[in-house]
Amino acid sequence: MHIADKTPRNLCIALCVLLAFGTIMPNWFAFLATVSMAKGMVVIGLIVLMRTGLVSFGQGLYYCLGGYTVGIAGKYLGITDAVGILFVSAFVAGCVGALLGLLLCRYREIFFAMLTMALSMILFGMLVKSDMLGSTDGFNVAHPTLLGWNPGPEGLSIMIYSLACLIAFLIVFFVHRYFQSGMGFAGESIRENEIRVEYLGISPRRVIFYKYVLAAILAAIGGSLTALVAGHVDPEMAYWTTSGEFVFVALLGGTGHVVAAFIGAFLYELIRTLAFDLTPYTWQMILGITLLMVILFLPKGLWSLLTAYKTGRG
Amino acid sequence: METILVILIDGVVYSSWLFIVATGLTLVYGVMKILNMAHGSLYAIGAYSAASMVGWYFSAGYVPWGSYLVFLGAAVGAGALAGLLIERGVLRIMYGRDEVIMILVTYGVLLILEDVIKLIWGVDAYFAYQPYSLVGRTKLLGITFANYDFLLIAAAVSIGLMLWAGLNRTRQGKLLRAVIHDREISMAMGINVKRTFLVTFILGSSLGALAGGLTAPALSVVPGIGVEVAILAFAVVVIGGLGSVGGAAVGALMVGICRALAVHTFPQAELFVIYGVMALVLMIRPQGLFVSTTARKI
Amino acid sequence: MANLILETRGLTKSFGAVTAAADVNIKINEKEIIGVIGSNGAGKTTFINMVTGYLKPSTGTILFRGRDITGFSPMQVTKAGICRSFQVAQLFPELTTLENMLVAHSMLSKKRLSIQRPLKSKANVNAAMEALTGYGIESYGDGPVTTLPQGVRKLLDIAMAMVGSPALLLLDEPTSGVAIEEKFALMDTVMGAVNRSGATNLFVEHDMEIVSRYATRVIAFYDGRVIADGPTAEALANPEVKEFIVGSELHRQQSEGGEHAGN
Repeated sequence: MHIADKTPRNLCIALCVLLAFGTIMPNWFAFLATVSMAKGMVVIGLIVLMRTGLVSFGQGLYYCLGGYTVGIAGKYLGITDAVGILFVSAFVAGCVGALLGLLLCRYREIFFAMLTMALSMILFGMLVKSDMLGSTDGFNVAHPTLLGWNPGPEGLSIMIYSLACLIAFLIVFFVHRYFQSGMGFAGESIRENEIRVEYLGISPRRVIFYKYVLAAILAAIGGSLTALVAGHVDPEMAYWTTSGEFVFVALLGGTGHVVAAFIGAFLYELIRTLAFDLTPYTWQMILGITLLMVILFLPKGLWSLLTAYKTGRG
Repeated sequence: METILVILIDGVVYSSWLFIVATGLTLVYGVMKILNMAHGSLYAIGAYSAASMVGWYFSAGYVPWGSYLVFLGAAVGAGALAGLLIERGVLRIMYGRDEVIMILVTYGVLLILEDVIKLIWGVDAYFAYQPYSLVGRTKLLGITFANYDFLLIAAAVSIGLMLWAGLNRTRQGKLLRAVIHDREISMAMGINVKRTFLVTFILGSSLGALAGGLTAPALSVVPGIGVEVAILAFAVVVIGGLGSVGGAAVGALMVGICRALAVHTFPQAELFVIYGVMALVLMIRPQGLFVSTTARKI
Repeated sequence: MANLILETRGLTKSFGAVTAAADVNIKINEKEIIGVIGSNGAGKTTFINMVTGYLKPSTGTILFRGRDITGFSPMQVTKAGICRSFQVAQLFPELTTLENMLVAHSMLSKKRLSIQRPLKSKANVNAAMEALTGYGIESYGDGPVTTLPQGVRKLLDIAMAMVGSPALLLLDEPTSGVAIEEKFALMDTVMGAVNRSGATNLFVEHDMEIVSRYATRVIAFYDGRVIADGPTAEALANPEVKEFIVGSELHRQQSEGGEHAGN
């Protein structure tokens, strides 16, 4: 009955491959890969919530928060250390997430979705009207350093890419085990029968609260990395369509395995970049049709293709 | 004193078009239990259709007063057609899925429609100011208002009354309300729910498009207006209560007046106020101000 | 000698004009096995729902081991030591039988839910399988719950309720939906496990044969009120009980030839 979990081994191999590949890949590809990983982190947070039966249409709130934290730290506080900033960003998101989580853990289904959406739009509204933070234009983010070392303009791309790979590795490792743990199964149990969970002596609200905070921190880290690699932040990060994108990617990859989020994010960025270059007036349409196809034929996301293939073989 | 008048009229004008936009969205949710994210795109389709129709009409040199019927008719027509295609082509295949999944389906439709609009009308801005300036202006207490804005209020009120009459006084309306109330029992009673869905969606889309058509003369029609309107419509509908037309009116008034208040006194808070009220209502009374709760069942 | 474990005083529940339960005064002692009978809508499930915190009583108090638990949430009631099973088995449909059991164990254990240690550790799986074996359903371990026959679902539901070693176990129609041939086997299994655990047991049942076979005391509900409360034979012979709930058939058969064997 017990199949040895090959994931940790596969992850280590993947990390080595990615880091090695990073030394030879062109900058534009490193950018694409970094953004994919950053967005993938946001999506993983979403998946933690989706496994609990909740869809958040407002992860953009923390994505934006993470981005602006990095930007503000660099611009107004002169802090450029990437590692330090990421911790700060995670902390800020954790605090905001805890505050909002206390409120949100009481809601379900469409009300949860709408409330998360409203909250992210509140941040959007505040930023748009904030001239100090650049209003709709946002502002540029200072070049990051790494524990005192300044990579210079040449090494910047690979530094952020490598950092992203490392963080992604840690997150996937942690979340994968999390999904197999008591808390992981608690989430699925809540999704399937919340009342039964109460009768087993566990507070669904408390579990949801913790998961929401986790998702918030993950989204903020993703937002921070995006800010660092793009060199720019703007209120669009908190707009409802940005949050919609994350949900799209979550559906695309599926909730079956943690890496599915990254695969989904990468495919999404790839399609978006290529489609935008080739057909600027139809890339959204292509994405829209893809979304409908996934909902119709692959409701469990692309990952279900892989598992179906495996079980078909065995 | 003047400020109060300005805020009031500004607010009511804004509420009027919000109401027309939101009412289609809330009806569709009430009957079909689908929160249509693409509703904003239908608004945009209406706006673009109206704008191009105005452009063609006035360059063809017809009687100016006839333009209203023509461009509004074009907006409604385009909305109805789009609604028909969406319901038949997409929604019909997807029925029965989870509410949140259906939201994502409509999100996919939104993405598709945004590009369809760009393909048909391009990315340049459309201006259709003629119907707006045609009706002139009025001076009240020393402030000049455009008469078109008053027309908008009149339109909203008429539409509200027609909907109320339609839902409460006609047989079709009562069938609609029955389906809103309880879909299963309606089916058991022999109501053709599938046809009700189609009719409702076409009605909702037409209303959304009509709102777009009505506002086209008042602003520049550019890509992206649909996306902005969508989220505002959600706010209104959530505040008033999903599925309630009366709620949409109340929600529209609340959002409209609050926004006007913010714009004229503390502009920084304009957007904050709208979504803040939305969040507040969701926190205190999630089902909205006009809808009653349903109990949890074991 | 007998210790009072549960007491309800003047327990009432109204929904507007409808009174689902009125002035229910019951005392339950440790180790008792009580059958609760009554027609549908008589107040039996309402009673269980109130005791387990799903419904807030309109008036009245509930005392568990002398402690006032009125108004406790289901979560608090479970932690206090009362567990229940459901008329319609409340399981986690997309998980396997074993996973259902593992979840029950992890949630009812005194420790916090783990965030990195796997749920399916050897120790946990062994404990879960042992629990399933106690109910005879270990062979269904890997199957998804959606494919389980009704009897197994009910047994799993009860097994999960028993994981926390509750002091008081409330079973809501344990044999409902189960084929007649299997009812006695199911009750034998359940009663065996419950007796081994030493829990006090109260079960709601429509089947009078089961009630008379397994319960030492019977409480009868009618129209929201308790109309009989006493040793089984006595309660079942009560004229009101016979008229409203039992009917005269069972008693004619009983007077003709003793207990029923499980045919």
